[in-house]
Order: sequence, then C-alpha cells, then structure tokens
Amino acid sequence: MSEIINLSRRDFLRTGTVVGGGLILGFYLASIEGRVKALAAETAAPYSPNAFLRIGTDSTVTMIVNKSEMGQGVYTSLPMLIAEELECDWSRVRVESAPVDAVYNNPLAGIQMTGGSMSVRTEWERLRKVGAAAREMLIAAAADTWKLNKTDCRAENSMVVHKSGKMLTYGQLAGKASRMPVPEKVVLKDPAAFKIIGKPGRRLDTPEKINGKAIFGFDVTKPGMLTALVARSPVFGGKVKSFNDAKAKAVPGVKEIVPLESWIAVVADSFWSAKKGRDALEIIWDEGPVATLSTEALREQYASLAKSAGATARKAGEAREALASAARQVSAEYEVPYLAHASMEPLNCFVDMTADGCEIWTGTQFQTIDRNNAAAVAGLKPEQVKIHTTFLGGGFGRRANPHSDFVVMGVQVAKAVKKPVKVIWTREDDMKGGYYRPLWYDRISAGLDASGNVVAWHHTVVGQSIMTGTPFEQKRIKDSIDPSSVEGAQDIPYEIPNVLVDLHSPGIGVPVQWWRSVGHSHTAFVVESFIDELAHAAGKDPYRLRRALLAKHPRHRGVLDLAAQKAGWGTALPPGRARGIAMHESFGSFVAQVAEVSAEASGEVRVHRVVCAVDCGRTVNPAIIEAQMESCVVFGLSAALYGAITIKNGRVEQSNFNDYRVLRMDRMPVVEVHIVPSEQDPGGIGEPGVPPVAPAVTNALFSATGKRIRRLPIEAVA
Amino acid sequence: MISFKVNGRSYDLDVPADTPLLWVLRENLGLTGTKYGCGKALCGACTVHVNGQAVRSCVAPVSSVVGKEIVTIEGLSADGSHPVQQAWMAEDVPQCGYCHSGQIMSAAALLAVNPLPNDDDINEAMSANICRCGTYQRIRKAIYRAAESIAAGGKK
Repeated sequence: MSEIINLSRRDFLRTGTVVGGGLILGFYLASIEGRVKALAAETAAPYSPNAFLRIGTDSTVTMIVNKSEMGQGVYTSLPMLIAEELECDWSRVRVESAPVDAVYNNPLAGIQMTGGSMSVRTEWERLRKVGAAAREMLIAAAADTWKLNKTDCRAENSMVVHKSGKMLTYGQLAGKASRMPVPEKVVLKDPAAFKIIGKPGRRLDTPEKINGKAIFGFDVTKPGMLTALVARSPVFGGKVKSFNDAKAKAVPGVKEIVPLESWIAVVADSFWSAKKGRDALEIIWDEGPVATLSTEALREQYASLAKSAGATARKAGEAREALASAARQVSAEYEVPYLAHASMEPLNCFVDMTADGCEIWTGTQFQTIDRNNAAAVAGLKPEQVKIHTTFLGGGFGRRANPHSDFVVMGVQVAKAVKKPVKVIWTREDDMKGGYYRPLWYDRISAGLDASGNVVAWHHTVVGQSIMTGTPFEQKRIKDSIDPSSVEGAQDIPYEIPNVLVDLHSPGIGVPVQWWRSVGHSHTAFVVESFIDELAHAAGKDPYRLRRALLAKHPRHRGVLDLAAQKAGWGTALPPGRARGIAMHESFGSFVAQVAEVSAEASGEVRVHRVVCAVDCGRTVNPAIIEAQMESCVVFGLSAALYGAITIKNGRVEQSNFNDYRVLRMDRMPVVEVHIVPSEQDPGGIGEPGVPPVAPAVTNALFSATGKRIRRLPIEAVA
Repeated sequence: MISFKVNGRSYDLDVPADTPLLWVLRENLGLTGTKYGCGKALCGACTVHVNGQAVRSCVAPVSSVVGKEIVTIEGLSADGSHPVQQAWMAEDVPQCGYCHSGQIMSAAALLAVNPLPNDDDINEAMSANICRCGTYQRIRKAIYRAAESIAAGGKK
C-alpha cells in the first residue's frame, strides 16, 4: 500500500515503532474469558497482525483498534482501557485501525464488526488485560536487566522504576519484554485506583479532524485510479432490460461502461466525467413487482394486519381476558416511517484488484462480512482480501450491511476494469439506495382498573424483519420472532400483571437495515407515548405514574428521577411551553429525557431544551458519553421532526437534504447531560440516547397543545 | 487553461470549465480536506473561502473562480493554529469529523466579518452546514470561544 497517498494511518506507522527496525510487542487473547497468549516478536516488519499493541524503541505506544471510528469515540475510549493498565504516557499513544482477523472479532457477535453499542462493553475486560499483561512483561524485563526483584519495581508513565530510583523506558525495554513469558494470569486494578478510566479525556482523533488530514473512504486515492458512478433501477429489485451507452461513452474522460444485471457503472477518470457519463446513459428497466408499491398503501395493509394476532413475542398472564374485563380500555395506533441513515459521507468503496488478491479501502462497520462477501464476488479466498478501515463519515448502522452492498459493488466494478477504482455514491444514490429503518405500525391497548391502575397491556407490532434473508436469520430468528423487531416492546419494565406482545413481519420488497438504536427507535416511541396516554387517561402525573410502575427497577427509576429533578419537573414554564418525559433501556444502558417544547403560530414545533439523564454503568470517558448523548438527541430529533422516506409507484420520493430534512443549528435545543454514578459494568452509549427523544417531545407537545402525535414525523401532522 | 490561487499557490489547470471547484480541489490538487456531502449546496461540507467569502464549492463551477484566491481547510493555517481550529480543539467538537472542514470554514468566514457574533448571527451563518453527529451545541461554544480569543488579540 506504499502507493496510497493521503492515508493518515501511514503516518502513524511511520512515526510509530517500525522505522529503524523497532520492536513489536504484540498480544492477543484467545477468548474474552481471558487466557492471555502472546504473539511477541522481535521484528522489523511494518505490520504485526493479531496484535492490539506495539511499543516502539522510542517508547511510542501504538494501539491497534478493532472497532471502526464513526464518531462514537472508540479511537479514544478503547486505547484508554489499555493505557489504564499499561501505565503508559498518554501523550505518546498512537492509534491504528485493525486489519481483518478473527482475533479482532466481537466475542458476542463472532465477527469483526462495530455496532449494537457494544465496543466498550465487549472490550472492557479484554483490553485492560492486554495492557496489564504488557505491563507485567515490561516490569519482568527491567527486573531481569537489573537482576533485581520485580516486586520492587513499578510501572509509571512509560517507564519501569525500581525502588532504588533506577529507571528504564518502555522503549528501552520493548525488545527484551517481547521475550519474557506471558503472565498466566493478570490482576486488574481496583477501579478506585483508575487514573484514566472515568476521567473526561480529549479525543485522540480531534487534531486530524480540524485540519482536513483525517482520511475517510471518500479520500483514498492512488495514482492511475478511476472513479465510478452507478446507475441503478429507480425501483428496488429492478433489472436492466436494455440500454444505449453511445452518448455516455462520448463524454470526455469516460473510460468504460460496466453493465450488470441490476445496474450499470460508468467508469471515468474523474467524478465529473463519471457523473456526466451516467447522466447520458439511456436505460430501460424491468422494474419488477415493487413498481406498484406505495407507502400509503403499505400503511393500510399494516393497519389491517395490526388488528389480527401475530406471532407471540411475550406472554405474561392473560392480557386478552384482563383487557376484556377491565373497568376501562384505552387503545391507540402509532406509526413511524422508513428512515434513511443519511451519514454525512455518502457510501463509497475503493478497490484495487491485483493478480493474487484484492485490497479494499472503505469505512465499514462489518469487516468480516465484507471480506467474505468481497471474496465470493471476486472469486478469491477470504484471506486474499485485505480491508483497510478508514475513518467513517458517520455510520449509524448503514455501513453494517449484511449483504455488503457498497463493498460488493466496488469489487464487481474493479473486477471488470482491472484497475484501482473508487465507486462513489452521490447523495441521491445514498438516499434512494435503500436499507432503511423499517416502517412500523403498532396497535396497543391497555386495561385500567377502577382506580386507574394498569392491569393489562396488549401490543401488536407490524413491520419488516431486518434479519430475515441475512446470515443472522438462522441464529437469531426463533418462532417467527426477529428480536430486533420487538426489542423495547417485549421487555417493558413497567409492572403490569397481564402482558401480550405479538408481531407481524410482512415481506415487502424494500431493503431494510439497522438504524441507530434499531427496534428501540420505534418501540420507545410507542411504549413511552402510550404510558403517557394512560397517565393522562387516569388523571395521573406521567412522571409519577412511571415511577410507581418501576418500583422494582432502581436503574430505570434512577434516570427518571434525575432527569425530572434536573429539568425542574412540575415547576412553572413560560406560557405556551410544556415538558414531556420519556425513559427507555437499550444496549445495557438507561436513559431518561425531559423535553421542553412549544408550538409556533405556524404550527412548527420548537424544542427548546432537552435534559438527559443516563446510567451506562461505569464510565470510561464521561466527555464522550456527554457527546454521544448530545448526538443521540440531535439524531432522534431529526427523525421525530422531519424524517421520512416515502415511496410512490415503487420510487423513493426523497433525494437530498432539501426533501429529507435534518436538524440544523437554528433549531438546536440546549442539551444537558447528567450521568448517574454507577459501579456496574459499562453499558452502551452510541445508541441509547436516541429512543426516548421522540416520545419526550410528543409527550411535551401534548401537554403544550392537547394534541397527541401518534404518527412521525411530527411535522407532517402539526 | 483555468488560473486561480489556492492556499497562496497559483495554478493553471486544463479542466472542463463546468467542473465544480470541489472536484478540482479534491481530484486535481489532492486537497481532500474539503468534502462532498450533497452536491447541491444543501449541507455545507464543501465550504471553502473564495476571496474571503464562504462558498459551497460543490456548486461553484471552476470557471467562476478564475483569477480568485481560494482558501481550503488545508490553507486556513499551516499548523492548526487558527483561532477557530484552536477553539474546535478546546471544545473537542468533532465526532465522525466529516463535516468539520466545512463547519470550520463557515465559522472562520463569519468571524472575519463579524468578530463578535450573537446566537442569531451564528444561526444565520451556520445553519447551512449540517452535522449528522449533532455537534451543533459544541460548534456554538467553539465559535464563542474563538471570538473571545480573537478579541483578546489572536489573529483571525
């Protein structure tokens, strides 16, 4: 990869351990349970696979991060875990993205991937052990050098210090340390002694993100490379019937036209030539069965499905009977639309096919799956495919595609042109390219007794399964239940004696995928709206009703109380303004939010303030937690206020940020984040702040205006 | 031949006149700090300065900048020392980071003409720049911080 220019990862290599025959101290752990093995080698090789850590002769510590940095801060939080135990000089820590290797797998998912708010949760123990094992080997090396007892030596600030005052730097010790026996067992620090974990540290990637040097997939270049744009069917599943590329080929700079069954790539020497070439292509499509699909018709189909019994996701007590005999019944139907991820960096993939393999540069969340899918398409073995993970200009789940759509497309084009090529998606391609958060329709009924207590709960969920038709289907879908369809609905924490949750998963030809917080993105809206409706129906305060139903759930109650208290729940607000509250558990963390909203004369909703309380267990970097909660609030608000992908005659109606609006600076509320102190193991943080946003806002809107929003986005009904 | 200056250097380029400036910067000059986000001047990721003004380079044909001076994120300062960049560091603003070249260029252009902006000024100048990671609150704080630093004698 020496020809690749502009890759900042290269600079890390250059300034790291390797130049001048530096020493590499690599480690891996065979399993999350933690038997430490070592791959300790004295080598000048510029790369050490299966390693999380390298220490250079200049004491530079390079941490190889097995998670993709897409804004959530893993290039900072994961190195902090190693550094805490390694006792290294934090100012000399460098980060490198991991290649694809089973050692870097997420132990829960069994593949190398980033998602499910799992990074800190799955690496919390393993990376501290990596740091601790390296520290012990460095101490052993120093003691051996001095012929002194290692119990009289300690590690601090990238040095091993003997009680007599002698000291050696990690750089001086790295070579010898790599030959020391790997400790059978390491003792991790008592959290009370943490110096790095739990402190609000600066991000390591900020310097290169303020000067244009950070390299995203879009920025990868190579001499002689080509750029491709792809013309796809306006309808999902459509195929090329016939085409005329004479005009496209006549565009200066267009090098090649690559027609496949479902799309045609225009390959050129620049973006602009590729775009003009694509615009000049004449294609007749066989649009297939989705050509008649419309989201309006889908809503009707789903509404009617919601009236019938689906597959049972949870059954406790006898909800139907309890409902029928309740003193009072309350029912409501909710609906949320398809949503695009709309990452700032549109999808792209750079592929260089060589005689004996294939190298890929892209921002991906799904390395193992992409490698395997790329190999299958290229006709190679997986080990012949190398993936270089760049920075991701946002991911939100879109770059974790079970079919590797954007990677496979890149490989197919590269295979045809036999030159390094970057397939670029325009914003319109990205917006219309599918793999949306599913459209969901929910019907929910509750029974109240004479004193207003909730005695029955029946929730019917209707929407496409994300996992059906993917490699995850076999393992994860049981008894017709895709767990990601009902997460947050089947496991409501509220104490209700009779609960039934059932699910319909219609097959619809619109590609769907996980979207930041996945199923929780709709179940929290439904459950937290409906609890609010029940409170108002029973004449109770929405915060206090929730509290009463959470007597056995201290962590849920904890965030609820903290958010209410910090927001001044129950205190007066300026006229026209009101508060709404919502609380949701997801990805091992608990988040409650109180939104303050008003409706303008025009009907437009203004969100003024969002107070967010989070319990994510022990904190690794509170500054990043705060940033992720702010990020979740904005992401959730964009969806609640504006987000909708609609389809008419099989065609996606939105194309760009003019018709797929997102929150901008002028509508940014004040966001306050409060973290509940906790000694529990860490929970996720990239997603759990999203689910409560929409219901907190719509509940506030009900208090402000008396209007109950049951269909998102709000803009369409206010 | 199209001639203009980028980050103080003169260029004469043989490119189609209708090519958007963005792609000339990225592909012909290798200045990949300026980003493509929408191609329609809707998101601001491609913001650069043309004769000191914030311009969305994705819709500016290269012919429109003939004889003009362009500054990109790479040229805003040699070493990240511009008060806006320093403020971005201090507030640890970026998350994914993709939009921030554009955000920083928009903020720098605002402060160049209005060194003491208020909330409304910031809303007006910055609402054309989208951040999907939602760093708006930190961007606002960083702009106020940069304004303070400029007022205290830091250069614009």
